[in-house]
Amino acid sequence: MRSVRSRLGVLCLVALFMSLAGLLPVRSATPATLSQMTEDGRQLYLRGCSSCHGLDGTGTPSGPSLERSGAASAYYYLSTGRMPLADEAQPRRKPPAYSRAQIDLLVDYVASLGSGPAIPEVHLETGDLAEGGVLYRSNCGPCHTAAGIGGALSYGRAAPSVTPADPVEAAAAIRTGPGQMPVFGPEALSDHEVASIVRYIRFLESPPTPGGAALGGAGPIPEGFVAWIFGVGTLVLAVLWIGKLEGGHGRH
Amino acid sequence: MNQPRPATRSRRLARWVDDRLGTAYLATKALRKVFPDHWSFMLGELSLYSFVILVVTGVYLTFFFDPSQAESTYRGSYEAMRGVEMTAAYRSALELSFDVRAGLVMRQIHHWAALLFVATMAVHMARVFFTGAFRRPREINWMVGVTLLILAVFNGFAGYSLLDDQLSGTGLRIGYSIALSVPLVGTWLVSLLFGGEFPGPDIIERLYVIHILLVPAVIAALIGVHMAILLRQKHTQFAGPGRAEGNVVGERVWPTYAAKGLGLFFLTTAVLAALGGLAQINPIWIYGPFDPAEVSAASQPDWYMGWLDGAMRLIPPWEVRAFGYEVPNPFFPGAVLPGVTFALLYLWPFLEARFTGDRSEHHLLDRPRDRPVRTAMGVATIAFYGVLFLAGGGDVLSTTFGVSVNAVFQAFRVLLFVLPAASAWVAYRLCRDLAQRDPAPADDGSVAMTALAGVAEDGRDQDDRAGHDGPEAQGQAVGKHH
Ligand code: HEC
Ligand code: HEC
Ligand code: HEM
Repeated sequence: MRSVRSRLGVLCLVALFMSLAGLLPVRSATPATLSQMTEDGRQLYLRGCSSCHGLDGTGTPSGPSLERSGAASAYYYLSTGRMPLADEAQPRRKPPAYSRAQIDLLVDYVASLGSGPAIPEVHLETGDLAEGGVLYRSNCGPCHTAAGIGGALSYGRAAPSVTPADPVEAAAAIRTGPGQMPVFGPEALSDHEVASIVRYIRFLESPPTPGGAALGGAGPIPEGFVAWIFGVGTLVLAVLWIGKLEGGHGRH
Repeated sequence: MNQPRPATRSRRLARWVDDRLGTAYLATKALRKVFPDHWSFMLGELSLYSFVILVVTGVYLTFFFDPSQAESTYRGSYEAMRGVEMTAAYRSALELSFDVRAGLVMRQIHHWAALLFVATMAVHMARVFFTGAFRRPREINWMVGVTLLILAVFNGFAGYSLLDDQLSGTGLRIGYSIALSVPLVGTWLVSLLFGGEFPGPDIIERLYVIHILLVPAVIAALIGVHMAILLRQKHTQFAGPGRAEGNVVGERVWPTYAAKGLGLFFLTTAVLAALGGLAQINPIWIYGPFDPAEVSAASQPDWYMGWLDGAMRLIPPWEVRAFGYEVPNPFFPGAVLPGVTFALLYLWPFLEARFTGDRSEHHLLDRPRDRPVRTAMGVATIAFYGVLFLAGGGDVLSTTFGVSVNAVFQAFRVLLFVLPAASAWVAYRLCRDLAQRDPAPADDGSVAMTALAGVAEDGRDQDDRAGHDGPEAQGQAVGKHH
């Protein structure tokens, strides 16, 4: 028993170092007890997160308490690569710093710190695309823009693009309200409505563009630039060319 | 053998019309006009051709567009909107985009043409400004041009407000608050246009009549006036060998200039068709139907309204009381700024004449470098409105470059005054240096006397300015029959 434990411990440590170095996606291979997993999560937490969130998760001046975050919030922040926070004013989406398995361990550990929402389940096929569009435009469009490309909020903050989010990340964001985003609990949006919204977000990832190039989805500003640079540009070249052509001089 | 050639059918028709209306006189006169050849004199045509395309595509759109605010439900082929409640106006615009044959490409060409209509007008106007073509006797045509610009901008705004999508609603809401902010008459203005509190039950139907009938008709009429004045006064030209205040050297309208114009029309159509077919514009299905309760931060107007939008974003939150009235904040960027802008544009020819003391007639153009003060002021003006335009997209810039919006707007407030001053200084210095290196060619007075010959020294066609169009033209004009 003891040797298995220590071998596992060594394995974990090696895996941790390698994954921290970004070399290997690791999976804790052997089935382990619940407390065992929480313990592994705790180790990951102590190394990667405690400097800001405190040894016991109650927070420090450089990071908030995680006691009410729950699995949903932890999943959102870890799966979108926002945690561990790098040197940035607002957490940004990055490639995740941890493997899926390590994320699971950390999520379980953060969930064990207190009470908070579980990772939401999304059944995309139950969602209604058009309803999702209506709900998205009224609840989310004001910050994330109608096309989902993201927009500025005040004081250097921004609502990011929603299209990179996978269904679970998106649902977790809706349910937990990360950063300046409001929380949309079950009283505000039913599970069915969340599924509809997430379906619409997936649709926005590559919406049909029957009219040709979408110009980044940012509306009249890029359209104005295209009109001036391509439109006026080519027409002025045409004028230069035609203006230089020599006419035959009538009947002379 | 000596029989006259049998008149062709078209000739007979032409003669039939001419016998009754005397059109040959006018036509020959116009066709024999000499038009000076400098490429920049063709810029105005670009606006004309854009307008033609606007009318053609606009008429197609009217067959399918339903300017009504009645409740309605979309049941067409765009899945993400099926079953959604909306106004009939927005529904018919969706149907135009997805369910009407060639509807989307027509919509897109129409909208691109609107952007280019105003843009080419701005370029044409810049040409007229920087070369001093607005000076006596052409002040009236300059003012007709400014009116056309205002009408085009207004009609563009009216156009994209019709579709009742979220962007048009946001634009209209701003229009509403500007109209309401006008002291004394604001409330009356608003009830006249909107028929009640925003959004108002009537606005789309009223805008529709304005957009497809009223303003286009006035634009067409004013284009006619613009051209008639041009024919009457004859075009200006740059100084050069054989060119004098008293003559016009270039090519006759028929056939040379007409062929060039037709070619340019085809090219304009080609560019607009390419844009309309290849680049999406105003994807209203993404914006969704207008909902007054929704306020989207990142909505911008079309470029030609962008400077107003930028001004609305840059203005500090001043509260002004005058004569016991609270003057609402949007009044300054929304009403005072365009008022002053267009008043200065209208008055420019007179202001300049006053400052320079030069009130004589001019048919020879200035090279921009020979008028450094005017050129510098023009450059400063472009910089000023350019900064306002960019400020309208401040939040898009802030997300694109990851800078805080507040920092972006503070920077724009500074740039709004620094950039025009700096660019004016640079333009002034450049003009001075260029003019020194390459002095202006003088009015070639020696040739004015040869004007009646109809041919300039270098073999080009030539008219004099006294109202005679050269000997052939006169000969043709008198003889009504061929
Ligand atoms: C450099 C400091 C720092 C590190 C390291 C860090 N965080 Fe954070 N974390 C923050 C800050 C600051 C916030 C608040 C972000 C915000 O509100 O925009 C935060 C927020 C969170 C939240 C959301 C809290 C809430 O509001 O419910 C979770 C969950 C979280 N972090 C988990 C983690 C995990 C797990 C790790 C380790 C992998 C980690 N963090 C590492 C600074 C840090
Ligand atoms: C008040 C503005 C606001 C509203 C309203 C809002 N969000 Fe957000 N949203 C944000 C901000 C800010 C973030 C980034 C939070 C962070 O991690 O710091 C965000 C993040 C997200 C993300 C994560 C994107 C990524 O990088 O993966 C998704 C998905 C998302 N929101 C979806 C929604 C949906 C769906 C709604 C509507 C139900 C919504 N948001 C409403 C501001 C908003
Ligand atoms: C006789 C001339 C015109 C007619 C008959 C006409 C007709 C129409 C109609 C019916 C629409 C709404 C349908 C739709 O776009 O989906 C429309 C939209 C529009 N019009 Fe016009 N129009 C004319 C001239 C102009 C002019 C001169 C301008 C601008 C300078 C202009 C700019 C616009 C714009 C920007 C839209 C929105 C187009 C879109 O996004 O689809 N139009 N027009």
